[in-house]
Amino acid sequence: MVLLETKNLGISFGGLRAVNAFDISVEKGQLYGLIGPNGAGKTTIFNLLTGVYQPDEGAILLDGMNLTGKKTIDICKAGIARTFQNIRLFGDMSVLDNVKVGLHNHYPYSTFEGILRLPRFYKVEREMNEKAMELLKVFGLEEYADYKAENLPYGQQRKLEIARAMATEPKLLLLDEPAAGMNPNETKELMDTIRFVRDHFDMTILLIEHDMKLVSGICEKLTVLNFGEVLAQGDTQDVLNNPEVITAYLGE
Amino acid sequence: MSFVAHLINGISLGSVYALIALGYTMVYGIAKMLNFAHGDVIMIGGYVVFVTVSGMGMNPLAAIIISMAVCTVLGVTIERVAYRPLRGASPLAVLITAIGVSYLLQNVALLVFGSDTKAFTNVVTMPNLELFEGQLVIKSVTIVTVIVSIIIMVGLTLFVKRTKIGRAMTAVSEDKGAAQLMGINVNGTIAVTFAIGSSLAAVAGVLLCSAYPSLTPYTGSMPGIKAFVAAVFGGIGSIPGAFIGGILLGVIENLSKAYISSQLSDAIVFSILIIVLLVKPTGLLGKKIQEKV
Amino acid sequence: MKAKAGKLSKTTKNDLITYGMVILTYIVVQLLVSSGHVSSLVQGLLVPFCTYVIVAVALNLTVGILGELSLGHAGFMCVGAFSSAVFSLAFKNTMPGGLRFFLALLIGAAAAAAVGFLVGIPVLRLRGDYLAIVTLAFGEIIKNIINALYLGVDSKGLHFTMKDALSLNMEEDGLMLIKGAQGVTGTPNDSNFTIGVVLILVTLFIVLNFIHSRTGRAVMSIRDNRIAAESVGINVTKYKLIAFTVSASLAGVAGVLYAHNLSTLNALPKNFGYNMSILILVFVVLGGIGNIRGSIIAAVLLTLLPEVLRGLSDYRMLIYAVVLIVMMIFNWSPNAVSFRKRLKQRLGIGSRKKEA
Repeated sequence: MVLLETKNLGISFGGLRAVNAFDISVEKGQLYGLIGPNGAGKTTIFNLLTGVYQPDEGAILLDGMNLTGKKTIDICKAGIARTFQNIRLFGDMSVLDNVKVGLHNHYPYSTFEGILRLPRFYKVEREMNEKAMELLKVFGLEEYADYKAENLPYGQQRKLEIARAMATEPKLLLLDEPAAGMNPNETKELMDTIRFVRDHFDMTILLIEHDMKLVSGICEKLTVLNFGEVLAQGDTQDVLNNPEVITAYLGE
Repeated sequence: MSFVAHLINGISLGSVYALIALGYTMVYGIAKMLNFAHGDVIMIGGYVVFVTVSGMGMNPLAAIIISMAVCTVLGVTIERVAYRPLRGASPLAVLITAIGVSYLLQNVALLVFGSDTKAFTNVVTMPNLELFEGQLVIKSVTIVTVIVSIIIMVGLTLFVKRTKIGRAMTAVSEDKGAAQLMGINVNGTIAVTFAIGSSLAAVAGVLLCSAYPSLTPYTGSMPGIKAFVAAVFGGIGSIPGAFIGGILLGVIENLSKAYISSQLSDAIVFSILIIVLLVKPTGLLGKKIQEKV
Repeated sequence: MKAKAGKLSKTTKNDLITYGMVILTYIVVQLLVSSGHVSSLVQGLLVPFCTYVIVAVALNLTVGILGELSLGHAGFMCVGAFSSAVFSLAFKNTMPGGLRFFLALLIGAAAAAAVGFLVGIPVLRLRGDYLAIVTLAFGEIIKNIINALYLGVDSKGLHFTMKDALSLNMEEDGLMLIKGAQGVTGTPNDSNFTIGVVLILVTLFIVLNFIHSRTGRAVMSIRDNRIAAESVGINVTKYKLIAFTVSASLAGVAGVLYAHNLSTLNALPKNFGYNMSILILVFVVLGGIGNIRGSIIAAVLLTLLPEVLRGLSDYRMLIYAVVLIVMMIFNWSPNAVSFRKRLKQRLGIGSRKKEA
């Protein structure tokens, strides 16, 4: 069953065609990799998928629902969550609160109830705390719950960002270079985490990555992007052995 | 005839706003900060001329040059001491610091010069221009102000486009990090920007005080804020925009003083800011800045 | 889930300390007053103290929690003050004092909230320093309009004009409510120190509970990283507006308190102008941005200091300016921040969460 589908997606910045005729089709439960040289337009595609940019043409479908032209928060509500290339946590807030912000839309009570501390405030807050701790435990972060997010070690910050994204209960998780800046050990741990998230939450994951060990280790399918266009698409091993892909990566 | 007179007065006031707005817009465009203290540098410039001309009997032209020198040093010092340590800090922190500097300058002036209003001597000593057998008098200071602000606007535009430092400024305003990698001295470029903005402030101070000859420690504050409104109106970061915004704002202020209510003219000027931000937040000539994700 | 319960009670404990501090101060001051240890000068300052504390806490909600700068909180105070003063004056002889003041409070808070909401709509969509400059502009507009406004009431209803008192065309028995630049005279003196302290506690209750609620977290997430907040489904404009409106309305409450402590109310640069907004900002910065308890302490100390040390009064403003600059550089400069971080690491102090 296809979860995410884009058709002929394109966007230009000024005269630059950043993404052109981009088609992708991600099956439910798949671990899908989006790779390509720097500046190929990978992050731009994430920004298109999450409504940070609006496409000039083409369509985005999630679970058959048309998300084209929707705003970021509506896309989040529709079920796409993401992490960022340069980590974007709520630095001055606690680790627990970072996850609770992710839970925001699923555990509602009004501002009024919050200020007056009506019974629903206590009930919902308790549920939120339980849920958030559960998520932190999954990512091995429960001991850091009271830390300020910006004081976490780098690797844990990456994990927290994934935990926060998972808190929004997405159908599709987008990871933008999750292994950037990690040493081989941390990367290995991260691969386990990503696999675990997929299996434990039955999640569909689309990730951008430069680390070929990670890509070939966990991705089932790949799309290679070059100069904003799809260069190759298919099963990981086939794509990585494709001579055109090798040329694009290694040069002539 | 009175309409024309009001219009001309408006253009005169507007030219002063334009001069101040040029300083605002350059600093905002390049250092990405709202230099709240800009208006108070103008006030200091005014006091320097007042002291040298009225107190020491110096030649007005020499006084203006001294005033420009003092303001340049002041501007660069402020940037070095107060703003540079905060480069990379949150915009909120920079803004609050700028307000602190503005407040500091006002209160230092208050302690040094006192709160009484000083009668400023007009430094423009040419005769006024009389038209239609004296029915319409254009003050010489008006003519000088308009001409000076046009010259400075054109000069700045050429400076930014044609000179090496000017192009470095453009580069820094686009992307500080990349400019640094290209070998541009970012701190130096920002310091030059402050120097230019502050020396313009001195000129603006002299012309402002010549046209409206009363000087207090708060003289610069209101025109400074209005000039910022002008810069936003014209499109913040744009040099011609600051000029056009300044002139328009001066005209609007004077016409509303004349035909609507002198008490409400400030309210009208500030309402323009809110309307501009509602309708076209980038101003008349501004460009949209997309945030990188 | 034990850790959780522990954490909740930790913030609650912190809040309780803040409330306790206010109540304790109140008791001490009342004891000092009744034993005659407080000069009449300082006694006259007690209600203004409360005003400053409330508006400082309100501004800290905007600056520290929302992360935007407002230079118009004096303007919101002004709206609260005038709307409530007009109400109280109109019903001076027809309503019991307690009920009248309670309604005046609601009116002042609602008026300031409405104005805050209207100002917030165009501005909070924008990024950068626009909120500061627009709120500043707004404060000046309000002051200008009130100084030009004449309002009166007679048997035919309300009259108002921007020209002069005569153009109101009121009947003989009419009552002037706002007399242009002369402002409002004859407002009943409905406020006192006790009411002021109660209002401080109410303000604290609202602000602290706001911060520690779902709404407060959403607001802080926008402050910390707007793009990330959007990506997890936070409606940025909505939460900014909520926080700003609450903050404006509390400034309005401070205005109500202020107005009902004076028999004559004018909109002057001194009380409702830009300088007042800066003064409030100094309280917030000195007390620590985002630190509610700090705002209270700073507001009291900085109001008391010049009264105690009269010799300082010439330099008061200068000191405020230096405080602003030094505090900002010390607390926010990237170099200072990393220096403190290194120092902490060397001393082995854990990086536990800072409590608001």
